[in-house]
Parts: sequence; structure tokens; C-alpha cells
Amino acid sequence: MARDRGAWLAHAILGAAVVVLAFPLYYAFVISTQTLGEVTSLPPKLLPSTALLDNYAEAWARVKMGRLLLNSAIVALAVAFGKISISLLSAFAIVYFNFRGKQVVFWMIFVTLMLPVPVRIVSTYQVISVLGWVDTYWGLTVPLMASATGTFLFRQFYQTIPDSLAEAAQLDGAGPMRFLWSILLPLSKANIAALFVILFVYGWNDYLWPLMVTNRPEMRTAVIGIEALVPRTSQLPEWNVAMAAAMMVLLPPVLVIVAMQRWFVKGLIETEK
Amino acid sequence: MKRTVFPNRWLPYALVAPQVAITLGFFFWPAFDSLRLSLYRASPFGDRLMWVGLWNFERLAGDEAYLRSALTSFVFSFVVTLVGLALALLLASLANAKIRGLTVYRSLLLWPYGIAPAVAGIIWLFIFHPSYGILPYLLAFVTAYQFNWFLKGWVALALVIVAAIWKQFGYNLAFYLAGLQAIETAVLEAASVDGAGPIRRFFAITFPLLSPVTFFLFTLNMTFAFFDTFGLIHSVTQGGPGDATSILVYRAWKDGFEGLQLGLSAAQSVILMALVIGLTALQFRYAEKRVTY
Repeated sequence: MARDRGAWLAHAILGAAVVVLAFPLYYAFVISTQTLGEVTSLPPKLLPSTALLDNYAEAWARVKMGRLLLNSAIVALAVAFGKISISLLSAFAIVYFNFRGKQVVFWMIFVTLMLPVPVRIVSTYQVISVLGWVDTYWGLTVPLMASATGTFLFRQFYQTIPDSLAEAAQLDGAGPMRFLWSILLPLSKANIAALFVILFVYGWNDYLWPLMVTNRPEMRTAVIGIEALVPRTSQLPEWNVAMAAAMMVLLPPVLVIVAMQRWFVKGLIETEK
Repeated sequence: MKRTVFPNRWLPYALVAPQVAITLGFFFWPAFDSLRLSLYRASPFGDRLMWVGLWNFERLAGDEAYLRSALTSFVFSFVVTLVGLALALLLASLANAKIRGLTVYRSLLLWPYGIAPAVAGIIWLFIFHPSYGILPYLLAFVTAYQFNWFLKGWVALALVIVAAIWKQFGYNLAFYLAGLQAIETAVLEAASVDGAGPIRRFFAITFPLLSPVTFFLFTLNMTFAFFDTFGLIHSVTQGGPGDATSILVYRAWKDGFEGLQLGLSAAQSVILMALVIGLTALQFRYAEKRVTY
């Protein structure tokens, strides 16, 4: 009896949590389907209406949404793959080679954890501007590609791989790059997938960095670009258009999380350790 | 330590080169440059730097607006973290039963993590909208108080706090649920037989056993609230009304990019850097000593 009541209570609480959590998204979606008249009427209308296509088309045209989404996709993919490749290579060097200065390299990578963008705002911008990287994809992506968490993740994983694998590879005459490509890489698939989800979401949603290194509207990423659609006090309250834009921008990272959920959870745990 | 090591002189350097280049060029050099700049002041036309020693820091220490920002930042981060975690822990404890469909619930809880703080902010901005938002509309039935964030600083702060908690809540809850499921029911049943009530059991057994989860979520939420909410502030309140939601990161950006006070902004960066280093050190000490794994 007590167990039944516990299960019933658990379902009730979790169900309520899911509904409350989903409400703002549902509300945003509903608003994105309404006409201006419906959006501004009281009491608020909580059912979808007929203006979905109009609003999305309007949002798409007004801020050049296609370009914004493309920029975000380029940034998110480049940051994710760049970070994964760079940290994979450095972890490989640290675990499988002895070289002078290894400790220094390791500590350098570690210290970057303590230097997130906000602690070096003006100076990093100056580096970008000296390089002529303002308003370029280079500026948007390359500086974000160093990754302590990624390096540590792969380092930890490589250390769990038995030595016999590398020995066998050496006996077969395979060089280090061959070993990395044909043996380590396939074994790292799950870790790569886990890291990919976290980094894609991070790259897509990052705000301060793209805000700093871009000035031209066509180089902005989507999370920044849609701000222009948010009605301010003196403007027409076109919240339906703003919400249509918000829906388009939030969908890709949310879909990646939903589609790759198993790796997402693994990534959350591994990268924060 | 690996026993098998590839013998190669130059290859390891080539492998770490990209990482090292980015680290030096975009992390170490700017950090060092921030330290240097914090001791200077840009001339009115921005063409010259004048050495001013610790003047920027003295100015910040005596600046009421900056101290207010620091307070806002801490209040904001602690409220987002503590309220978010307490609520998640409460719900997770109440819902802790061996039930079917936990993975389904997990899917339905984790997706808000993918929403950018700035986008979450825009959605909540409308929910809080004084003329058309559903929240002020509903609150008007209960009280005559005007929940207008354009005018009242605390409402604006509440708005960004709620948006931040919303974005984090699902995965806080999912992690607590997983943590609770991992606790042996036998331990709790034994305590129950010994006459410990549910509240006693929670504080004597469940909470200490959950300390690694709590610690993990605490650092994650604090870092998020302190640094990653810049987009939320920038797109929603722009620090206002007045400077009611002007958190430290936002002020450092604004003074540097809009005010063009490079030295002052760099000094703020240096203060933030000290904070991060302190927090990381604390994290490592605490993680090693206190937390039950």
C-alpha cells in the first residue's frame, strides 16, 4: 500500500514538474501563432491560432534569419569539432609520448580553466582586432577551440586503455598516427559524441564572445541577432514575431539534446568532473 | 603512467601545438594584458595610455555603483543556485520511488538545458510583460501591486532569476533523482526500523549521501549564474532599470565596450580573475576533503 502511494505521488510530482517546465515553451509557441490583436488582448489566449506562417516568415525576413542560423551552425560545428580535435591530439601527446616540457603544457592547459572570456574581455578583443579577425568566422571560432575539459576527458579515457594495445600496434609496425587513427579514435566514439553535444550547445548559445568580435549584422549569430525583434517600449508590440524568432533559434540545440540524449548525460557528467 | 611510449622527438610537439598556440595567444597573453592594462588609464581620445598605478582599483573600491553590482551579482548567483537546488532536492525527495518511466521523465526534464540564457530571457520577458504578460495579469487578481519590471528593480531582478532557474531546473532535478536512486533502500529501511522519521532520515542519511551531487550541482550553477548569464542580462534588462540587474560581468563589458574605459574594465576583469581562481582553489580543496563519495 505504502509503495503504491509512493509511486502515485512520484508520478504526480514529476508530471507536474514536466508540465510547469514546459509551460513557458508552450506559451512562447502559442504566442508565435497568434495575430498582433490576439497577442495584446486580455485575458491572454492560451491556444494556438492561425498566424504561424505569417509570423515565422516575417521574423525570417526581418532579421535575415537564414544567415543568422547559418552563422550559428558554422560556429557551433566549428567550435565542437575544433575543440574535439585539438583536445584529442593534445591528450594523445600527453599520454603516449615523453617529451620535454610535458608538465608545463599540462599545467598551461589546466590554467585556462581559470580564464573564461569574462575575465579578459577587453584584451582578448584587442588580440582579435590586431589579427584582423573582427567580423570573421576565424575570430568567432578559433579562440574558443582550446579546451581543458576536453583534454582531461580524453586523457582520462586513454589512461584506461590497456598498454597491450599500443604494444601490439608497435609490434605490427604501426606508427603513432596510425595507432591514433585506427585504434584510439574508434574507441573514443562515445566520448566524442558526449563532448559533441555539450560543445554544440555551448557554441550555439554562447553570447558574450560573438557579441564582442562581430559588428556587422550579417556576421552576428542567431542568439544575438534576434534581440532586434524584441519590442521595446516605444515600438509596436509584435511579440508574436519575436516568439517566432525565439522558437527558430532554440530548436536546433534542443533537438540535438533530445536526439543524442544518452551522450548528453554522459557529457554532462564527464565534462564537469 | 603508460609503460608503452612512442619514441618520437618532434611529433608530440606538433600534436600539442594548436592547443598551446590558442592557449598562449587567446588566454595567457590577454590575461597578462588585462593585468597590465588595469594599471593604466586611456586618454580621453583613446590614443594614449597613462600609468595610474592602482588608481582603477581604488576607484572601483570607492564606487558605490560597482559595489552595488558586486552585491547584485552575489545575490543573483546565490538565489539562482540555492533556490534552484533546494526546490529540485525537495521535489526529487518527494518523488523518490521505484517507478516506471524514469528515463522518459529524464528526457522531459533535460531539454531546457539547450535553450540559450538570452532566449530563455526573451520568453520570460513576455511572461512578465506589464501590459500583456500572463504573470502580471494573474497577479492582478491577488494584489493591486504593479509588477512592472520597467519601473521596479526588484521585479527585473526576479525576472532574470526566474528565467535562470527555469533553464537550470530540469537537469538539477534529473541529477538529484539519479543520485537518490543510487542510495541503497536498505540503509533507509534500517533507519526507519530504528525509529527515525522521514525528516530525520533525510538529514541524517540522504542529504550527506547526496553531498557529491549537491557539490557538483552547486559549482555548476554558481558558475552558470555568475558568468553565463551575461546574454540573459544583455538581451532582457540591459542592466536596468537603473543598475538593478547590472551584474559584474555585464558592468565589465559595458565599461570596456560602451564606455571605452579600458583600464577600468581591465581592473574589473582582474577582480573577476581573482574570484575564479579563488573559487577553483576552493573547489579542489573541498572536493578532496569534505564530500562523501
